[in-house]
Order: sequence, then structure tokens, then C-alpha cells
Amino acid sequence: MTGAAHGFDRRARARRLTVLLALLLMVMSVASLGWGAAGTSVWGAVADLAAGRALSPLDRLVLFDIRLPRLFLCILVGAALAVSGALMQGLFRNPLADPGIVGVSAGASLAAITAIVLGGLLPATVLSFAGDYLVAIAAFLGGWASTLLLYRVATRGGQTSVATMLLAGIALTALAMALVGVLTYLADDRQLRDLTFWQMGSLAGATWPKVLAAAPIILTALAAAPLLARGLNGLALGEAAAGHIGIPVQRVKNMAILTVAAATGAAVAVSGGIGFVGIVVPHVLRLASGPDHHTLLPNAALLGASLLLAADMIARTVLAPAELPIGIVTAILGAPVFLWILLRRHGAMGM
Amino acid sequence: MEALNITASLGRRQILQGVSAIANPGELTAIAGPNGCGKSTLLRCVTGEIPYSGEVRLNGMNVAKQTPWKLAALRAVQPQTAEVAFPFTVLEIVRLGLSAGLSAASSTLPFQALEAVDLAGFAGRFYQDLSGGKKQRVQLARVLVQVWQPMAHGKPRWLILDEPVSALDIGHQYTVMDLVKDYARRGGGVVAVMHDLNLTAMYADQVVLMQAGRVLADGPPQEVLTAENLSTAYNCRVPVSAPAPAGLPYLLPQARGTAA
Repeated sequence: MTGAAHGFDRRARARRLTVLLALLLMVMSVASLGWGAAGTSVWGAVADLAAGRALSPLDRLVLFDIRLPRLFLCILVGAALAVSGALMQGLFRNPLADPGIVGVSAGASLAAITAIVLGGLLPATVLSFAGDYLVAIAAFLGGWASTLLLYRVATRGGQTSVATMLLAGIALTALAMALVGVLTYLADDRQLRDLTFWQMGSLAGATWPKVLAAAPIILTALAAAPLLARGLNGLALGEAAAGHIGIPVQRVKNMAILTVAAATGAAVAVSGGIGFVGIVVPHVLRLASGPDHHTLLPNAALLGASLLLAADMIARTVLAPAELPIGIVTAILGAPVFLWILLRRHGAMGM
Repeated sequence: MEALNITASLGRRQILQGVSAIANPGELTAIAGPNGCGKSTLLRCVTGEIPYSGEVRLNGMNVAKQTPWKLAALRAVQPQTAEVAFPFTVLEIVRLGLSAGLSAASSTLPFQALEAVDLAGFAGRFYQDLSGGKKQRVQLARVLVQVWQPMAHGKPRWLILDEPVSALDIGHQYTVMDLVKDYARRGGGVVAVMHDLNLTAMYADQVVLMQAGRVLADGPPQEVLTAENLSTAYNCRVPVSAPAPAGLPYLLPQARGTAA
């Protein structure tokens, strides 16, 4: 007599969902490559390659230097944001927790905007070393630093108080936003335009160096996440009960915080503020196949990547040939879905 | 399992003032006492949830020096209140107990445990939709699954229960107490904080009666649960083994074994 025989074992359903989501991601990837302002066709290019003909220089440029890095960046960032959200929610035992709430995104934004506005004051050697990546590097360091600061504030004697951490996150976010306001006043017109676009989030500037900079960090974080699955499942019972079923609670919490900081910092650094992916994706998946983190985490990575690809295609299409910042698209798509979920399934969310 | 000279404070108030107690394998040890006497605090020290001074020994090992996963294979702890974040099903909650310990291979165990706590057929239900009493029994099933066999490698395993019957109706109180008593009879150790003195008298092999952070009396129920001890502990008149005044109905769980 097993769960599967009874028809309510959600593990089997979650595994079928993993397969479906992997297929969806492949379809979305191909669609994304073939989608864009230039009339380049993926199938035309594949046919050319198969027939042994050289690609036209334009096709090569559009596919390999514009759409392919953008595709990879989109997948990496979408997966990183969704998995960060799922990890954070498991850690805080609250489906509304999100890297945006504990201040990781705010810290990253403050650092990035500081770089945009005051970056010119840095020594020339630093500037020439950082080059075009100054904003990205600053965002990553800001996310990292704010997570570590938050952790120091919220941890006493090796125990992290979830409530303190959430409240400290709110305070940190408020402080960061106030400083951002000050910097906005200091900024000149060109800087104002830069920082507004950075804040709205964009994948338009995707290049191979950006992909290669973000990939190792995000892939490491994604690989580490499944190791936390059992720990996060246990934490749903409460910290004490998790310890009693044999989970090294403090180690799980430390590792989850580091993983979130790495994934979110890297994602925010290369793409600016893209919201709601981290909250909506885990929600939808919990409704579909339950809250077990063993399947929730990989499924979140797959669905997050697909969702961001879809959002990116919309962002590229609506105002073609101009582009809408992708953060606007995810907020418009995500916020109503989030509210709808709250309204419909309030009781089942465990709040 | 032994607790040696345990002291513990919450904030500035000292809750436990040098408590020593022993629980033997093969026996059900009940910790009883008035509200705020420190019985739950003692349990939380024994399970390592809060800092304490003194020493807790489990099968002869100092508990403070063991890793969580080693302890989890030896003893399971049922919490008093048990809210669970996220919409897990009953089966998924009970399975959380499985992943530790020696019984990890069995996939039928969660169903056996649910049947044992009279929740057969509830596996697919959402945990947070259940009543308080049912939640308490689901948690007991999870705890049972974790240390299903009362003995492992010739050493006893332990059930540590914080008021396991507090939310249950009288029928299920019997179900649960029979179940844990049987666990003890098969060689395991059971330590339970108990509020119901009748059930304590009926099921416990040893009683630790606490008052104001100290052990007032310990030993078999016949010696500990006396009118004198209970009146001191609870600070009111507690007659023992006296029938109710004429006309007033009273229930005596202890009479359950006799023919009706």
C-alpha cells in the first residue's frame, strides 16, 4: 500500500511537472531565439547550417551576439530569482518572504545607483578596471553586504530570529530607499535616465561577458539549492522540531542565506530590479504540486526561466522596435496573479 | 535517560533550580505538576531546545555533545503546539519523520503509523484543515515513524512527548496512551509531560512531580500521587481515591479495565 496507489502522492505529480516544465523551457527558448525586431529566422539559420552554407553576417550577429546571450541571461536570471524566492520562503516559513523583502534587492539597488551617480568620483584606475561593469559589480557587492549585515543584526548566539530578520529587512529597505532618494536629487539628467532604467530592470544589454560573469555564481547557487530541500521541509515544522528530526538547523539557515545572497546579487547585478518572479513562481508551483522542496526548487528554476523568457518576448514586442523594461512586464503580469492567489486560496497558504 | 542537576533561566527568572531525574527504558515516565512549575522547560532542556547548565544523558551519552542526526535516530520529540508552514498533506508531514533514523526504507510505515493513531484514510488531507486533536495525532504519527522500532542495535529508543493527550477526547486519550505504553513495554523509553493526573496514575510507571522548578517527589504513582503530595504541589485540597459526594457523577478512567 503506497501513496501512489491512493492517487494522492504529490511526488509523482511533481516529477511529471518537472518533465513538462523542462519541455516548456525548451519550447520557450526556441521561440525566444526566433522572436525579435530583425527578421532573422531560427529555422532558416538551422537549414543554412545543415546544408553547409555559411550564415549571413547579419544572421550571425543577431543570433549569436544578440539573441543567444540574451536567452542565456534570461534563463539564468529567471531561475535565480525564482529559486531565491522559494529558498527565502522556506527559510522564513512564510510564502510572502522574498529577497526583495529582506533587503537584498534594496542593498543591491542602492549600491548600483551609488555607482551610477557617484561612480565618476572613483580613482581612474578603478574606473578603467571596472569599465562597463561598474554598476553590475556594485549591485552584486551591495546585495552581498546587505545580506551579511542583516544576518549579523538578526543572529544572536548562533540563532537567527526570523522575526528580527524580517523587521531588520524592512528597516534596511527603508534606509536604502531614502539614500536612493538623496542620490536621485544629486543626479544630473543623464544619470537620472540611467538609474531610472536600471531600476526598472532590463535584459536588453545582454552580452557574452555579462552571461559569463553571472553564470558561475548563479549555477553554483542553483546546484547548492537542492541540498537544502530536506532542511527546508523540516523547518516548516518549526526550528525546534526540525532539529529533532535530525536537521542541522543553523547550518541549513546559513547556507540558505548565502545561496540567496549569491543568486539574487548576481541576478540583480546583470538585470536590475526584476520583481515578482520570486514570489509568483513558488506560489503557483505549491498550488500545482505541493510545498515539498525536493521538487519545488528544481521546478521553480525551470518555471522561473520560462516565465522570464515569456516576459522578455512581451517586453520586446509591445513597443517594437523599442523595448519595454522587463521589470515592468513582470510586475504587470505578476502582481495581479499574486493578488488573485491570495484572494482565492488564503486558507491553504498557511498564513 | 538521566537529567543531572539541571538549571535553566528564561530571561532573568530562574525556572529550574537543580532538577535531577531518571527515566528508565521499558517504562513510561510522566512529568506532572502545576502550571508554570517548569515541566515543559525541563522537557525543552532535555531535548536541547534551550540552554541549560547541568548534564543530560541519553543511553549513557552526553546529549550536548551529539549531532542532531545522531540524536534523531535515537529519540523523537512531539511538540506541544504544532503549526506547519505551507499546505503540506498529512502524509507529507508524517513522512518528514521517515527521512531520519533507521526505518528510512519503508514506504508503508507512514500508513501504519496513521492507523495506529486512528487516522487511517486521512493521509491525503491538508494538515492545516484538521482539528487540533487530529493535528496532535498526526504529529504523534510523525514522531512514531521516526523511531518506529523501540529498540535498535540492542539500545532503547525514546519518545519524548509534551502533553500528548491535551487536545484529545477521552477515547483518543486511551488510544494514544495505550500506544505509547505498548512502546515502552516493547523496550523503548517514553517520557511525557502530563496534565491529567488520572491518566498519569493509570499509565505511568514512574512519576516526577514538580513544583516551583524543583522535584517535589518521584517514584511509582502509588507513592507519588498521594493526597499530601498533590495538595502541596497544586496548593489546593486534592483527595485521592475518594468517591464523589452522593449524586454527583464521576468518571474513573482507572475503572476501564474492570467489567462494566
